[in-house]
Amino acid sequence: MATEALGWWGVPLGILAGTLRGSVPFLLVSLGECLTEKSGKINLGLEGTLLIGAMSAYAISYLSSGIVGPTLAPWLGVLAAGLAGMGLGAIHGWLSQQPRVNDVAVGIAMIIFGGGLANFFGKPFIQPQAPQLPTLPAGGWSSLPQVQSALQVSPLFLLGVAIVPLMSWFFKSTRWGLYVRAVGDSPDAARAMGISIFWVRMAAIVGGSFLAGIGGASLSLFYPGVWTERISSGQGLMAVALVIFARWQPWQCLWASLLFGGAQALGPAFQSVGIDSYYYLFNAAPYILTLVIMIITCSPKRTLAGAPGALGKDS
Amino acid sequence: MSDRNRSFHLSRRQVMRGLLATSAFGLTAKLGTGCAQSPGSGGGAAADGGAAEELVVGFIYVGPKDDFGYNQAHAEGAAAMAASVPGIRLVEEASVPETTAVAETMRSMIEIDGAKVLFPTSFGYFDPHILALAEEFPEVQFFHAGGLYQDGVHPKNVGSYFGYIDEAQYVAGVVAATMSQSGKLGFVAAKPIPQLLRNVNSFTLGARSVNPAATTQVIFTGEWAEPVKEAEATNSMADQGIEVITCHVDSPKVVMETAERRGVMTSGYHANQSSLAPQGYLTGAEWDWSSIYTALGQDFVDGKTLMTGGIPHILRGGLADNFCKLSPYGPAVSDEAKAAGDAALAAIESGELVIYAGPLQTNTGSEILPAGKELKTDNVELEKMDYFVEGVIGSIS
Amino acid sequence: MQLTAIWRRFTRQSLRASLESIALPAGAVLAALMIFGVFCALAGANPLAVYGSIYRAAFGSWSAWQNTLIRASPLMLTALCTALPARLGLVIIGNEGALVVGGLAAVSVGLGLGGSLPGGLVLLAMALGSLVAGGLWIMVAGALRHYRGVNETISSLLLNYIAIALLNHLVQGPMRDPAFVSKPSSFEIDPSAWLGTLPATRVHWGLIYGLVASVLAYVLIQRTTFGFAARTAGGNVRAARIAGLPVGKLTLAVCFLAGSCAGLAGMVEVAAVQKRLNESIVSNYGYAGILVAFVARHNPLATVLVSVLLGGILASGGILQRSHNLPDATVLVFQGIVFLCVLYSESLYGRFPIFQEREVQTEGAAVAG
Repeated sequence: MATEALGWWGVPLGILAGTLRGSVPFLLVSLGECLTEKSGKINLGLEGTLLIGAMSAYAISYLSSGIVGPTLAPWLGVLAAGLAGMGLGAIHGWLSQQPRVNDVAVGIAMIIFGGGLANFFGKPFIQPQAPQLPTLPAGGWSSLPQVQSALQVSPLFLLGVAIVPLMSWFFKSTRWGLYVRAVGDSPDAARAMGISIFWVRMAAIVGGSFLAGIGGASLSLFYPGVWTERISSGQGLMAVALVIFARWQPWQCLWASLLFGGAQALGPAFQSVGIDSYYYLFNAAPYILTLVIMIITCSPKRTLAGAPGALGKDS
Repeated sequence: MSDRNRSFHLSRRQVMRGLLATSAFGLTAKLGTGCAQSPGSGGGAAADGGAAEELVVGFIYVGPKDDFGYNQAHAEGAAAMAASVPGIRLVEEASVPETTAVAETMRSMIEIDGAKVLFPTSFGYFDPHILALAEEFPEVQFFHAGGLYQDGVHPKNVGSYFGYIDEAQYVAGVVAATMSQSGKLGFVAAKPIPQLLRNVNSFTLGARSVNPAATTQVIFTGEWAEPVKEAEATNSMADQGIEVITCHVDSPKVVMETAERRGVMTSGYHANQSSLAPQGYLTGAEWDWSSIYTALGQDFVDGKTLMTGGIPHILRGGLADNFCKLSPYGPAVSDEAKAAGDAALAAIESGELVIYAGPLQTNTGSEILPAGKELKTDNVELEKMDYFVEGVIGSIS
Repeated sequence: MQLTAIWRRFTRQSLRASLESIALPAGAVLAALMIFGVFCALAGANPLAVYGSIYRAAFGSWSAWQNTLIRASPLMLTALCTALPARLGLVIIGNEGALVVGGLAAVSVGLGLGGSLPGGLVLLAMALGSLVAGGLWIMVAGALRHYRGVNETISSLLLNYIAIALLNHLVQGPMRDPAFVSKPSSFEIDPSAWLGTLPATRVHWGLIYGLVASVLAYVLIQRTTFGFAARTAGGNVRAARIAGLPVGKLTLAVCFLAGSCAGLAGMVEVAAVQKRLNESIVSNYGYAGILVAFVARHNPLATVLVSVLLGGILASGGILQRSHNLPDATVLVFQGIVFLCVLYSESLYGRFPIFQEREVQTEGAAVAG
């Protein structure tokens, strides 16, 4: 019977479930930002990329479901989200590499521009229901319906998890990964090696934006599964902090995303068992946590381990 | 070396040429604007002259007017007014924050569009923004959704209208508790303002009228529109075995869809959301702004105003006055629940049922009303509510 | 020749360079208008009519000008929060948070003093409170940067979220006025401590605060030893250390000043607009201020002009909806295009021969020869 209460067990379950559900956009956006920052540029505009991804995914899924059917349509939406993200990424990649143009400023302008475009074109898609991505039931072993529905794993989560070792391998062991790191760590050396800094960074930013766009698709086609203008609520910006938290390591991006996703469930889960004060402060937990960890782990004597050397410097 | 210099120079010259071309185009564009502007404004004047009786009514929304929730409900009501009352022209502005921006929007609607009546629909516009503008433009009527008008304190050209939607929530609570076996209900809430607390309390009182052991779990998301938190709140309620979930947030779509996916029954808010939860949708508390706005629009073209007393400063009404209504029962609703809901609806419409009747306690045990006392729906005390009644699980601060 | 010499003495910049720094952003705005015009045309609106409406709503009349200035005044203050640390090479984006704690401090002081003192003194105390609170808030980011090596961009971003959570918590709990029903808010500050409007206008005194702060910031950065030291340290920290400059103290002082400007914006917002504390003071003035600072190339006088430009864009947002039937998001698209174009124009400095100094060119030729 679905009416069985879990009581206090609901808190860890809620956090576990919230982790699986809520971490997907964080994971994809932070992996994208990790790739971008490894090349020596920051893209704060991923908040806008997330919005345009969410909108395009929902719109394409809705519009194409009549043509290709409701099974294929959300996947077309995911693809559209990635492509829309790449479009914004190309603008950022080109503009932020012009002389004297600051990448943080371009990023904030891109938040406004991307968000504006998403809201402008997204109006007709707020109300209709678009076909959602399927989920994989990982909780079939349990007889508790709460456990079953908590353990609904999105294929996009698996995609993100699969990208983690791939990206790690890419940075460590491939020629292209070496190029990205060289460009990010010491552009002069990279230039001496004959690498085109512009095109490597462009590729890293566009690739990162593709992942962020898919992160947007996970918001509108998996969880919470709607398109509204407030859907991203700062998650794109948070992902930028998350990458620093994760020390530019894909594996640590995974752990950090799980932590941030779980932290989102903290406030509601505590309220549901009667801890109902201070929910604004609970909701701010991820921010406080990130700041505290940054304070503990940073040192004035050396730059952060793993920090790309050219990050935050003018090109 | 010199070769490179020359080619660089050439490219600079090309850039220059490009820039000149663009600025020339910019110049013509600007000239064009100058030319196009005067016939444009002349045309506007002619149109104004042609329909001398046209009354301009301005609507201001705090969010996008197609949010499938609070703002859309108002926008649809406004459209209904413009469609059914001849002689009214609508001007609308959406996503106006509760800062100087709304004051400037109101002023601009009055000064540029010639609006004579304004409907700034967000609760938070009232104090200080509407009050300040109303002092400055005594000939313009300001209508605010919220029932905050105080006679003698506020300007004469301010009116407020207010729907007792908690009556519909009471009936929804009756239906929800009848359908639920455990009596565990849930309410996803945005911020603890009196209007929202009243909805929670009435929903709970309705539920406890049929099942005295029923409880309502409240989870605050902290924001009027925060989809991820709303979904998370709905999920954690489902984990706690809650059987029926309703909400008071700007756009209930996320709550309805998430609950439906979890196999939990739902009760809607703002508008009819039955299409979002075809299995579990029981009923819902809906605004009926169309009827209020159309009636007011008719008053405007008939020449009635707040200042002359033709339109009352406080317009209030509940289910009986068509200020709000209930969604049609969903397929899951049993005959027993339908009967209970219909009975409660009839008793409220006839006025024989008073929702806030003693003995009544808060959920922390202090007394609200002793036995024998009651607060009728139109009592302003209820509009300052800052407590949860017994049966609500949650706290306000 | 005479004129250029006077100009150079006054601005410490050649006439041509000054012209360049006016012509390039202006050209960028024109280009942005054209791109936006194409966008409007695609959306089914007549671009020429849209331009006309934007002009009328933003700058077409005295009333429109006041609308623009009202929207511009908080941006002048929040922009300084990014512009000042930029001289030290720091990218601070904690403007929103500093504004919030400034408002919080101002209301706390205002409510504490209430009607016990004359209004002017209460206002002064509120302003001081907001300056100190906002200043300390951003100083945290500066101190973390200097003493712990924490990236100041990210820490100041996180501080925004923390400040807003704190605000929401306080106005919903400890500071809440239960009688104010429309949204969780603090009690109202005493009317004697409200910030009024400038004579014969509806523009509140925040505009003067913004102008004065901008001029002071300009003088401080361009004309004082302190400003020179800050700029030196910003150019090269190691060199500054070797030269014996107290880089740590400079960082803290500049961050404090920057934060206090945004904090003052929070005080203006509560004393002139909201009259009490609630989350309506969080309305993106901080984030807009970051862009204003970058677009103005962190020059405190240019931030005034850019604030007015953005104020005008914001003021015209409504008319796009009402007269042209464009959705509310159109003004965001417009803002985005303008900022992207102006940021691009940064890269064009020095690319047009007409703006280059003749003497410099001949010197260069001599060296090459």
